[in-house]
Amino acid sequence: MTGGGARRAESMSYREAMREAMREALAADERVFLMGEDVGRYGGAFGVSLGLVEEFGPERVRDTPLSESGFVGAGIGAAIAGLRPIVEIMTVNFSLLALDQILNNAATLLHMSGGQVAVPLVIRMTTGAGRQLAAQHSHSLEAFYAHIPGIRVLAPATVADARWMLAPALADPDPVIVFEHGSLYNGTDNTADDPGPVDLDSAAVRRPGTDVSLVTYGGSLGKALAAAEQLAAQDQVDAEVVDLRSLRPLDDATVIGSVRRTHRAVIVDEGWRSGGLSAEVAARITEQAFYDLDAPVERACGAEVPVPYAAQLEQAALPQVPDIVAAALRAVG
Amino acid sequence: MSPRRTAAAPTAARGRTRARSRSGPAAQAAHRRDLLREMVRIRQFEERCVELYSSGEVRGFVHLCIGEEAVSAGVLGALGPEDAVVSTYREHGHALARGIPAESVFAEMLGRVTGCSRGRGGSMHLFDVSRRFYGGHGIVAGGLPVAAGLALADRIRGQEQVTCCLFGDGALAEGEFHETANLAALWDLPLLLACENNLYAMGTALNREHAQTDLVARAASYGLVAWEVDGMDVLAVERAVARAARAIRDGTGPVFLELRTYRFRAHSMYDPDRYRDKAEVERWKERDPIQVLSTRMRAEDGLDDKALAAVEKEVSEELATALDHARQGGTEPVEDLLRFVYSPAGGSS
Repeated sequence: MTGGGARRAESMSYREAMREAMREALAADERVFLMGEDVGRYGGAFGVSLGLVEEFGPERVRDTPLSESGFVGAGIGAAIAGLRPIVEIMTVNFSLLALDQILNNAATLLHMSGGQVAVPLVIRMTTGAGRQLAAQHSHSLEAFYAHIPGIRVLAPATVADARWMLAPALADPDPVIVFEHGSLYNGTDNTADDPGPVDLDSAAVRRPGTDVSLVTYGGSLGKALAAAEQLAAQDQVDAEVVDLRSLRPLDDATVIGSVRRTHRAVIVDEGWRSGGLSAEVAARITEQAFYDLDAPVERACGAEVPVPYAAQLEQAALPQVPDIVAAALRAVG
Repeated sequence: MSPRRTAAAPTAARGRTRARSRSGPAAQAAHRRDLLREMVRIRQFEERCVELYSSGEVRGFVHLCIGEEAVSAGVLGALGPEDAVVSTYREHGHALARGIPAESVFAEMLGRVTGCSRGRGGSMHLFDVSRRFYGGHGIVAGGLPVAAGLALADRIRGQEQVTCCLFGDGALAEGEFHETANLAALWDLPLLLACENNLYAMGTALNREHAQTDLVARAASYGLVAWEVDGMDVLAVERAVARAARAIRDGTGPVFLELRTYRFRAHSMYDPDRYRDKAEVERWKERDPIQVLSTRMRAEDGLDDKALAAVEKEVSEELATALDHARQGGTEPVEDLLRFVYSPAGGSS
C-alpha cells in the first residue's frame, strides 16, 4: 500500500513514519536500497522495515550477515559508486564494530582524496535505554559520532521528523547518521502534511518559555516537555524546550537565542556526562552567551555507569523528569 | 567437501583490452618491453622517494614496493579502465601502473595542491577517481569492505566491471577480510581479492601471525575461487589476473589470488629492518622481478644491455622531468584547510 501519493495529515507511530519515509525513498529513487541485519524477512529488529522486502524485493531490502564493518563498508563503496544506500545497524552499541568504516572511511575519504570521493550514505541506528536491555544494547553514544567532522548526525525526536528527515538525508552528498531512540518507536502523532523541504541544520523550539531553556534531543525530548509542564503547573516556572534535532552540526543560533531570552539553561542528555554532548552544548553556551547567563549552566545526564538490567537501576541511571525539574529549579534559584 | 581451488592458470589468458595487440611474436615482445619499462619505472620512482625522504622533502610514512613491482605492473596491467581499484598504503606502484602520472604522485608526496589528492593524503592516500583508483588506504583491511560495496553497486546495476582490491598478508588476520570474503561469496560480487603476500605484516613474519599460513585454503573456505601465483613473475601475475577478471566478468563469482612476493627494502622509511635474516633478503633478490623478466627477454626477445640501458635512461628522464614539474606545484592555502570536509552542495559545517 503506497497511499497513491496522498500526503495528507495522518496519525502514525514513529516506527510507521520511518518505514513510510523509507518506502517513499525506495519508490522514488531506484538508486536507494536498504541493507542491514534482519531488515528483510524478519522485518527489522524493531519492526521498522516490516513489509518492505515484500514490496521491493530482496535486492533492494537486503539482509546482511552479522558483519557490521563489512556491510557498513559495503554501503560506503556502493555510495561512492553512485547508489544511495540506507544502512541499518541494530543498535549504537553494535555500531562500534563499524566505527573504523564510519570514521576512517565514510567521514574521511572526501577530504583525504582532495574532494574526489563523496560518500552519500545514510546510516540508521537505534540508541538509548529504557527497555531493560542492559548494558550492551542500551547506551547513548551519539556523542561519539557528533565528535567526527565529515558526517552529519541527526536525532529525530518527533514522529514528523521521523517521517520527513530521511529524504533530505538521502539527498545530502555526505554521510548522515540517524539516531532513533528505541523508546520512541511506539509513540504516535500527527505527521502533518508534507512540510516541503525539511532542513537538517536547525534546532526547534518545541515549547516556548521565558524562564529557563531546557536543551535536549532524541529520547529525552518527551521528558523535557513533561518537566516543563510540571514546572509550569507546580512552580510557576515557564520553561522553553529546545530540541536539537541535529547533533552535528549543532545549531548554535537557536540554542544561544533561547538562552539569551531565558538567561538560564539546563541540558538534558541521556548520554554520559563526561565528555558528552551536554558538555559540548554547555561549552558553547559559556563561549557565546556567558554574560547573558543569570545562573550556572545545569545538566541532567545519564549516570556514569553501564546501563543495568533491573528496572529500578536502569531508571535510576537515566535523566528523569524530577531530575530535570530539580535542575531547572536550581537554575532559576 | 574439497574447497573450490584451482591450480595456476594453464593458458595464457590475456587482458581483453590488449588481446589483439599481442597476437604475434613481435607484439608479444613489445608488450613485455612495456611491462619491463613499467617495473623499471616503479623501481626508479621508489628510489627517488628514498632520496626525497632522506633530504627531508617528503615526510610522513613512506612504504616502498621495491621487489614487488611485478604485482603492480601485472595486476594493474591486466585490468581495464572501467574496472575499479582499491589499494593499500604501499601503493605508489599500483598508482603508477594504473596510469596516475608520476608528476601527480610526486606532487602528492611533496604536499602540493597539484598532487593527486591535493596534498591532503600523502604517500599512503593516493586517489584518482577519474581512473577509478579509490585509494590509498592506511588501515590494514579497511579498503576491503569498501571494495565489496563498489562491486555490489556493479552487481546491482548489472555492469560487467571488476573491482580489484589489493591488500597484504597482514589483512588476513583482520576481521574485515573475513567479513568481506563472506559477503563477496554470499552475494556473488564481481570482486577480485588480490593478496600481495610479501611474507611480513610490518615486522611480523607470516608464520608468527597466522596459525594457518595457507592463505589460498582460507580464502577457498569461504567459497571463493582461489589460487596462488608467483608474484615475482610479471607475466604469471598478468595471466592470472586476466584469467580471474575474465571469469568474474563471465559471472563465475569472486576470485582470491595470492601473489607471492617480497619487499627488498624495510617496511617503511622508519624501519631498521631488524626482524629479517639478511640471507633471506638476498635469496629473494635472486628472484628480482625485473631480472626475472629481463632474463627471459634476453633469451626470447633479443633484449641486450644496450636496450635495457635505453629503457632505464628513458624512465630516468621521464621521472626527472616529473619531479621537476611536481616541485613547481603550488601549495593549498591554509585558508582552505576545512575545504572538502563536506561537499560544497551539502551545506553542513
